[in-house]
Amino acid sequence: MSTFISSPHTLFTNNVTRIMLLVVAALIPGIAAHIYFFGIGIVINSIICIVTALLCEAGMLKLRDRPLWPFLTDGSAIVTALLIAIGLPSLFPMWLAIIATAFAIIIAKHLYGGLGNNPFNPAMVGYVLLLIAFPKDMTLWLAPHAAGPAVDFVSTLQFNILGQLPVIAHFDAITMATPLDTVKTELGTGLTVSQIVTNHPHLADAMFGKGWDIINLLFLLGGIGLLYKRVITWRIPVSMLITIAIFASIAYASNNTLHASPLFHLLGGATMLGAFFIATDPVTASTTPRGQLIYGCGIGIFTYLIRNYGSYPDGVAFAVLLMNLAAPTIDYYTRPRVFGHHPGTSS
Amino acid sequence: MSIPRKLWRIHGGLHLPGHKAESMQQPITDAPVPPELILPLQQHIGNVATPIVNVGDRVLKNQIIARAEGYVSVPIHASSSGTVIAIEPRVIPHPSHLTDTCIVIATDGKDEATPVAAVLSDYRQMDPAELRNRIRDAGIVGLGGAGFPAFIKLNPGPQLKIHTLILNGAECEPYITCDAMLMQEQPRAILDGLRIMQHALHAQRCIIGIEDNKPAALQALQAALHTDEHTLIEIVAVPTLYPAGGEKQLIKTLTGLEVPSHQLPASVGVICHNVATAYSIAQAISHQQPLIERIVTVAGPAIPKACNYRVRLGTPMKYLIEHTGASPSLPARLIMGGPMMGFAINDLQTPVIKTTNCLLALTSQELPKTQFELPCIRCGECARACPAQLLPQQLFWHAHAKDFDKIQDFNLFDCIECGCCSYVCPSHIPLVQYYRFAKTEIWAKEREKSKSDIARQRHEFHLQRLERKKREDEERKRKKKEMLDKVTQTDSAADAKKAAIAAALQRAQAKKATQASPQNVEHLSEQQRQQIDEIDKRRANPSTVASQPGKDNES
Amino acid sequence: MLAAILALAILAIIFGLLLGYGAIKFKVEGDPVVDQIDAILPQTQCGQCTFAGCRPYAEAIAKGEADINQCPPGGETVILALADLLGRDPKPLNAEHGTHGEKTVVIIDEQVCIGCTLCIQACPVDAILGAAKHMHTVIKSECTGCNLCIPPCPVDCIHIVPVGTTLQTWTWPSPRDEHVHSA
Repeated sequence: MSTFISSPHTLFTNNVTRIMLLVVAALIPGIAAHIYFFGIGIVINSIICIVTALLCEAGMLKLRDRPLWPFLTDGSAIVTALLIAIGLPSLFPMWLAIIATAFAIIIAKHLYGGLGNNPFNPAMVGYVLLLIAFPKDMTLWLAPHAAGPAVDFVSTLQFNILGQLPVIAHFDAITMATPLDTVKTELGTGLTVSQIVTNHPHLADAMFGKGWDIINLLFLLGGIGLLYKRVITWRIPVSMLITIAIFASIAYASNNTLHASPLFHLLGGATMLGAFFIATDPVTASTTPRGQLIYGCGIGIFTYLIRNYGSYPDGVAFAVLLMNLAAPTIDYYTRPRVFGHHPGTSS
Repeated sequence: MSIPRKLWRIHGGLHLPGHKAESMQQPITDAPVPPELILPLQQHIGNVATPIVNVGDRVLKNQIIARAEGYVSVPIHASSSGTVIAIEPRVIPHPSHLTDTCIVIATDGKDEATPVAAVLSDYRQMDPAELRNRIRDAGIVGLGGAGFPAFIKLNPGPQLKIHTLILNGAECEPYITCDAMLMQEQPRAILDGLRIMQHALHAQRCIIGIEDNKPAALQALQAALHTDEHTLIEIVAVPTLYPAGGEKQLIKTLTGLEVPSHQLPASVGVICHNVATAYSIAQAISHQQPLIERIVTVAGPAIPKACNYRVRLGTPMKYLIEHTGASPSLPARLIMGGPMMGFAINDLQTPVIKTTNCLLALTSQELPKTQFELPCIRCGECARACPAQLLPQQLFWHAHAKDFDKIQDFNLFDCIECGCCSYVCPSHIPLVQYYRFAKTEIWAKEREKSKSDIARQRHEFHLQRLERKKREDEERKRKKKEMLDKVTQTDSAADAKKAAIAAALQRAQAKKATQASPQNVEHLSEQQRQQIDEIDKRRANPSTVASQPGKDNES
Repeated sequence: MLAAILALAILAIIFGLLLGYGAIKFKVEGDPVVDQIDAILPQTQCGQCTFAGCRPYAEAIAKGEADINQCPPGGETVILALADLLGRDPKPLNAEHGTHGEKTVVIIDEQVCIGCTLCIQACPVDAILGAAKHMHTVIKSECTGCNLCIPPCPVDCIHIVPVGTTLQTWTWPSPRDEHVHSA
């Protein structure tokens, strides 16, 4: 206790753990949909990632001579682990999930100074590591529930932990590319959007890619919950989603045979997860009001560009990391006008 | 009720639990005169007052016991009759818990006042300058918290035209109700004070801003308003949003004018005074009553019966708290002021002074457990809450790194220390303390800088002086030598020289005879006297005298 | 081969001329480094750095004859500022020159002073008032706390007193220095 106590003399109304737990809670609807469409794998992956994250966190705190308890209970490692796990296919080797999580916590978080000091979103760093180093494993998504056989719990466990293939079938028979991947690949071969949809009837099912749309809608729901709880502000998600929508609409309007519809982009891949849970990570995002608009916009632009012109089917992770890089500069140039200062005269 | 009018929004702010009802159950009660009054010489912003009484003097109530020193200063009056028993350092209400010179009066219980001079009491016939002098002589300072001499704020100077006079009755901090109660009970006197200030400033309009959680105060003032005054004086309810009562925030809310950074409200034609200041001004002008008491809210969970008291300045807090029936021991935290901006008091003998608006006694339940401070996660809650639209986390970052240049780039000095950022911080970082640390440290650095600049100048001057002396000595030697050379050429001159030497010797002897003896030797021991004699002998010995100083330091 | 060497040589000459021209044309008129160093030094003029004052020490640093960690009154703050200015690595204060302590001034015990004027001569900032055979006094606000007046005093009537904290000089402590802090 210090001798000189500064005001305010009040109880705290908020804490980091509460924020992180609310984020976890808001992820639950999306995760539930994930389980429904892709099986129990995400739960196994989540547990593996969370355990890894907490162990790495504890180890690094010990090495850095920081107190364990306040940091292990702040919940930030759990959020990082969950965000990695959600991005992984259900059937996914355990050791890769461990590598990604360990990389995220050790390299991307603690080597940069731990909570609050990491310039890059640790979850996305871990995730991109997998995308770049193990691209094949990252594309082996199970076919959504209704389109193919879901793999049962035991088989998933066996594959994820022991590396044994499920007994039911050959891998190719049960996995399929994600809708974003399919559209991208097939557009690349010169097909039109309508031809692709004809070839892949499940893309026409429901709205835009069976399962993915529902998952995205539920992440949107969770995101609205976070907005309601004032854990995040509207600026980053809204500007990101509007940017994607505008780009996709322009492309779609100019040539709807070569470009998928805006809704396909909004409800496909990691759009909603990215907009409400990844881009809004306060540590790595822009903090000024105008800066957040620019930041969200930037992520939207990069996401759309990578999806359409890059070599990866989805671009949210890369887009977030690219804008992480720009956030300090954006903040510097978008400082709000201080009370009593004329616009333009910053100091 | 008040007329609906356009109000402007301020950025940020917080909706805080008010805790005001507790201390508004009873009317303002007179606190008795304590046996001992402790009156600090500095109860205001500006120069410390100079005591004009001596220990042992009998003083009467209302008597000036310390006069104002310089322009930015006000006198201090005895709050009751009695005897000055000490003028010494005592703990004063300040976040540093330091002591400062206080005049201590042992009261005699007679409460005998100085006779009231029969002077003009109609302000309408007084010149603004005379009004200001009377307000100054009454020792009136801003009673809202800062304690800036009130008369200065009634003297904006000839080049600034004041169009709006604002009376601040917002009282936005939780628990504090002294202004609210005063408005309820003394609306007429407050309006009188406002009219006096309006007369002194020639303001075209007056606005009384009151948070809308004080309907009784709004009603009382409205009812006390003369029917023909509605065009001149507006009573406006402002939304309850901490810190609506911040001076610059209230001006923005009521007029839409933003006081430029580092400037006073007068620069935009507005003057803002607290309602309690207006009341004191009315007392001073209409009743020749100097500022010797004020309303203090004594509240908080450690106080069984919260209430507003009319307290004599200088009353030890212990006496006041005991009077409320609370335990006479120090509560878990005793705060002077409100929970958001007040500071902790850790000595119950600390006196109530002109700026003591509230004594808040908290139990350990209302205080944060000493919690670990997590790193900033840049969530931006602080920036959303900041009424000055600063970037608190950037300020924190630079204060933490002690980068005092950068922190000023982020406008540290526009921070009003309202505490909103600390209140919402999920990492529980004592942000306001970081800013206070940075501000006081920057001031300290500036003081050191100017001190070292002076030292440099003085040292350079010192070196120049030594140089000059050396030159002059050489010059003198040279001249003397020239003269000697000339003199030796003629005998008559040689005689003259001998005569001159003899005269010089005589002079020296005469001087030796009358030489001043060392000072302060009367009380010295034999040994020390011997030492001094030795020193004198050494001094008389030419070989050591060579390094003896000249006497030009006298100049 | 020859053409390449020639081309490079010509390029080198052109760029050299350009740079030379630029250096003259856009010469930055800044404080000479000695002034900048002197501005950082605390101006105590105490000579603990072994130089005759702050300016001689500044000159010695500029010439590379003295290290940046020889100023006890300045302490860590001055060392860091000098390291920053000169682009050198900060190092701890050299204990040979003294230790950094609380700011002090001296006072003369006027009951003991015999008026010898030796201290007046020693004071580097002329902060002592007095005349021969009359007691002396220190102008507290001008005293730099160099303590140079103490050794010459024959009756040891000069005492070191801490400046102390007043309401005007008190500063809030940094929370960072107070509790365990992370990051």
